[in-house]
Amino acid sequence: MEMTIMGKYQTLVIRPDSELDQHAAEKIRVGADKLLRKTGLKNVAFDMRRVRFMDSSGIGVIMGRYRTVCAIGGNVAVFGMSPYVERLISMSGIREIVIIAERLQDALEEVAGIC
Amino acid sequence: MLNNSMKVEFSAITENERFARGVAAAFVVGLDPTVDELSEIKTAISEAVTNAIIHGYEGRGGKILMEGVIYDGCVEFSVSDEGVGISDIRRAREPLYTGKPEDERSGMGFTIMETFMDSLDVESERGGGTRVTMTKKIGRVSP
Ligand SMILES: Nc1ncnc2c1ncn2[C@@H]1O[C@H](COP(=O)(O)OP(=O)(O)OP(=O)(O)O)[C@@H](O)[C@H]1O
Ligand SMILES: [Mg+2]
Repeated sequence: MEMTIMGKYQTLVIRPDSELDQHAAEKIRVGADKLLRKTGLKNVAFDMRRVRFMDSSGIGVIMGRYRTVCAIGGNVAVFGMSPYVERLISMSGIREIVIIAERLQDALEEVAGIC
Repeated sequence: MLNNSMKVEFSAITENERFARGVAAAFVVGLDPTVDELSEIKTAISEAVTNAIIHGYEGRGGKILMEGVIYDGCVEFSVSDEGVGISDIRRAREPLYTGKPEDERSGMGFTIMETFMDSLDVESERGGGTRVTMTKKIGRVSP
């Protein structure tokens, strides 16, 4: 997993590795919340381009980050999904609470409310 | 037609989720599954194994037994733990229900297993462990 701070957009970009299961989700959860607290960033964007496998733990970690930043008026975006990841996301209903984007730039502009 | 069976026991730790779905995927390759069918099986197995680790054993570890049988172009998998068990199976299977709302759980595990497999059977007893059995027909169009 990699995390990048995009200061201009007040956004933490999280890029999970290829297998987003409970094992990976737990690491993202711990790492991301620590960085969010430390930096005070408001928004999170999940870069799903590397994700080949995901289960409900992936849905849970996205949902959880939404809860974290929603409390401070931030947004969550998810972008670069494969059709399989998109299918799981659609089943879960988190489409209604997070921003779905195709590319990084769209995701950043939408979470920061620049469009 | 190919008939086959397998049985594997492993520790209830999250490191083994990947191992379990890798074994399941390797077990069915002889049936010539599509990419989608493989993803569906891996996801369903991952859900059952994760549940055993975090709900069954509540993260304290234990043993998980995964069994597979192939017959007539169908695969049947079962995942068993000897953990805390489920007192109300019907409620547990409802979409969005989670027994751990304080954790980041979406309550989608059983719904995903049901959607991605053809059948799902849950046997459980409070204090008596849980066994989840799922079947799926592979290659619907083949004769
Ligand atoms: N092996 C098990 N042992 C004990 N309880 C279980 C087991 N599997 C499931 N449960 C119970 O059934 C509930 C529903 O399971 P399900 O997988 O649908 O959702 P979840 O695990 O809570 O969330 P998610 O799968 O979306 O992360 C669990 O919250 C738990 O209370
Ligand atoms: Mg689950």
